Amino acid sequence: MLAYIIRRVFQSLLVLLIVGLIAFSMFRFVGDPIDNMLGQERTMEDIDRLRDQLGLNDPFVVQYWNFLTGAMQGDFGMSYRQGRPVAEILLERAPATLELAGVSALFAIVFGIGFGVLTAIRRDGVLANVVMTVSLIGVSLPTFLIGILLIYIFSVELGWLPSFGRGEVVRVGSWWTTGFLTESGLKALILPSITLGLYQMTLIMRLVRSEMLEVLRQDYIRFARARGLRERSVNFRHALKNTMVPVITVTGLQLGSIIAFAIITETVFQWPGVGLLFINAIQFVDIPVMAAYLMLISVMFVGINLIVDLLYVAIDPRLRADTTARAK
Amino acid sequence: MADLTPDTQVPKAPAPRPGALRGFLESDVGWSFRHSPVAIVSLIVVVILVCGAVFAPWIAPHNPFDPSTLNLMNGFSAPMQPNAFTGEVFWLGTDDQGRDVFSTILYGLRISLFVGFAAVMLALVLGITLGLLAGYLGGWTETMIMRLADVQLTFPAILVAMLIFGIAKGVIPIEYRDQMAIWVLILAIGLSDWVQFARVVRGATLVEKNREYVAAARLIGRTGPAIMVRHILPNVLSPVLVIATISLALAIIAEATLSFLGIGAPPTQPSLGTLIRIGQGFLFSGEWWILFFPAATLLALALSVNLLGDWLRDALNPKLR
Repeated sequence: MLAYIIRRVFQSLLVLLIVGLIAFSMFRFVGDPIDNMLGQERTMEDIDRLRDQLGLNDPFVVQYWNFLTGAMQGDFGMSYRQGRPVAEILLERAPATLELAGVSALFAIVFGIGFGVLTAIRRDGVLANVVMTVSLIGVSLPTFLIGILLIYIFSVELGWLPSFGRGEVVRVGSWWTTGFLTESGLKALILPSITLGLYQMTLIMRLVRSEMLEVLRQDYIRFARARGLRERSVNFRHALKNTMVPVITVTGLQLGSIIAFAIITETVFQWPGVGLLFINAIQFVDIPVMAAYLMLISVMFVGINLIVDLLYVAIDPRLRADTTARAK
Repeated sequence: MADLTPDTQVPKAPAPRPGALRGFLESDVGWSFRHSPVAIVSLIVVVILVCGAVFAPWIAPHNPFDPSTLNLMNGFSAPMQPNAFTGEVFWLGTDDQGRDVFSTILYGLRISLFVGFAAVMLALVLGITLGLLAGYLGGWTETMIMRLADVQLTFPAILVAMLIFGIAKGVIPIEYRDQMAIWVLILAIGLSDWVQFARVVRGATLVEKNREYVAAARLIGRTGPAIMVRHILPNVLSPVLVIATISLALAIIAEATLSFLGIGAPPTQPSLGTLIRIGQGFLFSGEWWILFFPAATLLALALSVNLLGDWLRDALNPKLR
């Protein structure tokens, strides 16, 4: 068990080092930072001095080390485009993305589990069939088309909800801005969250449904019914509970993709979050922002994967025996 | 097609067949095809769209990217209605610059399909090569390749593609960026998608390399590369074919997504995604057709390729029958 944890943590660190190397190489080899910082009128002395100052004459490994320690302290350099520290820009944009991702995840989990149970219990019901068909469409539609479709229906035709932006935001604490406290902020959250969470919702729904169908066939469910337990108690206390382990895993792993796919949703809705920042950075080849985003998102992904893996082993004793045997 | 299924080895024997098509329809896969309306309809849709794309220069009423054939007066014509100024009728309407939407879709489809196919081919070749090497050679080659696959699999493919696109954009000088965009797109999507192929091929190779025919090939002195390509590869192809079909749908959607986000095909060479991006700007002013028709085309294409992939997976997997 301990060996497995150590090995897994070591692997994660290795991944982060590799990603760090990619991010660093982007800085180092994509375009010349000196070109970006000094204007047209520069002398060789200027260039040499700046090279020395920035440590560009140091050996590669030393530079890489400096980059990593800098990144760990939140120093990602200056944005080429905005001329401000990248960390500051990211911090300013983070609340928008985190709020959007949080609401989407909540939407996906609540409706995913709800519809999953519904479609499993009433397999042939009209509502179950409708939900399954809609979910099939939801999976096949690309995210950005879902967003456009929702904008068309609810903003253009009905005019109920805003089609872009976060609405009014309120500053909470020193840097966090929230849209939860104003009506326009809450309204602005609805369409983007549905767009972002729909895919995850269908995923969770299908998972819950198939797991439920599996579990409902088991003997202990029949036994619970035979004992005369109420239908609700059988379905939720006995069946649903036992479908939760894979659902928790998948949901955990999907959290990362919600943040990644937020890039698309944020572009459709012009949501002022980190994803929109990343897209703009790609468009304008703003390397420091791209590198910082890459580092942040990989820390998140690797962290989530690690936690889910470890949790899984902690929850399921069978897996524990298996992995230790395989790891010798 | 027929010899890709594991259980159609027998009909291989009668050597010269009257026609490949007839042979296909009489095989197991063909039988399942004839009895699946979804597959038939999907295939018809795909064939129509591919033909439209291939023959676009002959079908399209206008060449939307030749400025001399454009008339600004034709701008914003509604579908099937004569234009207010010129009286010309456009089936699917025109955009703000008077470009015929039907023509732009045909040309856009060309780029979308080309990028999709090319990206899947790249992923296929890369994935099969690395998968075969990993499965057959084992040892540190396998560790290196599969670790790399694991690392890449940690991140969603679309994110990897965005990143590759971003880096490539930084490397390419500004004056070539638009010309190279299509190739960069292919590279980005292809590189983001090889992992699945490598995993499946490696898994299948691990099973196949212990079979007797491989031992026999080794005994008669065939070398490693020959065994991998001539003997093992044909036997691991059927799952690869299924993944390739589904990958094609995903690649088309990925391309559309990147282009929609403005980091894909440039407006000078618009793909369906670029057209949707352009059309989104007219959503509020009521010119719905500029957005709707490209989106519907993209959806029809992705959906039917996806359904074909689903059908193929069921048809090639005898266990499910």
